[in-house]
Amino acid sequence: MLAAFSHAMPLEGLIGGLMIGVAAAVMLLGLGRIAGVSGLAARATGIADSGAPRGIAIAFVIGLPLGAFIIAQLTGGIETRFPPSVIPLVIGGLLVGYGTRLGSGCTSGHGVCGMSRLSPRSLIATAIFMASGFVTVALMRAGGLL
Amino acid sequence: MKQILIALFAGALFGAGLAFSGMADPARVQGFLDLFGRWDPTLAFVMGGAMIPMAIAWILQRRLDKPFADAHFSLPGTTLIDRKLTIGAVLFGTGWGISGLCPGPGLTDLAINPLPALAFVGALLAGMIAHRVTS
Repeated sequence: MLAAFSHAMPLEGLIGGLMIGVAAAVMLLGLGRIAGVSGLAARATGIADSGAPRGIAIAFVIGLPLGAFIIAQLTGGIETRFPPSVIPLVIGGLLVGYGTRLGSGCTSGHGVCGMSRLSPRSLIATAIFMASGFVTVALMRAGGLL
Repeated sequence: MKQILIALFAGALFGAGLAFSGMADPARVQGFLDLFGRWDPTLAFVMGGAMIPMAIAWILQRRLDKPFADAHFSLPGTTLIDRKLTIGAVLFGTGWGISGLCPGPGLTDLAINPLPALAFVGALLAGMIAHRVTS
């Protein structure tokens, strides 16, 4: 699309985004619930006491890797470039787990579902976690960690 | 049973969308957050794509008395913008930047790259438990 961003995947991104949006719409119109992955994961594992019925949460969480497995089979593989060390995965995971519970949502609940609802709470949460992500990566780059 | 199958289908379509869009790839997500590096705008296309069906779904939702497979809608009604929301979002964004992962892609990658995904998901659940026991 744009020569400067030849490494980007705008078409795949748009199609995959539509799939994600339809999935969230199925949860909303079918079950009357927000497709918020952090909340559903906390509910599926029993970490959260309230929220979706446990069976619904477990089914959704099992569906995530199942769908990716099917896409990987159909397309011949999905690229997943993880950080080379386990340290950023563990530190990142701890912060994402604690932060999404404290802030009641992540990229799916606040981002996809809340922003499309024009929820002021979700718009602010999304603006903050995006800004926080930009600053974090800028600091990592400045510190030679990228 | 019908509800379980709907949730499984929605989860699978969500995970398929993450995988197809490149959002299961931590380096690509981190590339979107890397404004001073080799910036990768793909995430913006994903978010934009997801907004279209969901904007339509919210319009339909307002016209429905109940969802198709449950007795009532169970939607968050909180409008409070407080310290919990803002500090939570700051911490989440920091962890997202450090790892290139948020909960959806972390769980999705259990099928693609299980070992590093498991390290992230294990820490994710530990962080959630830490929040539970301290609040």
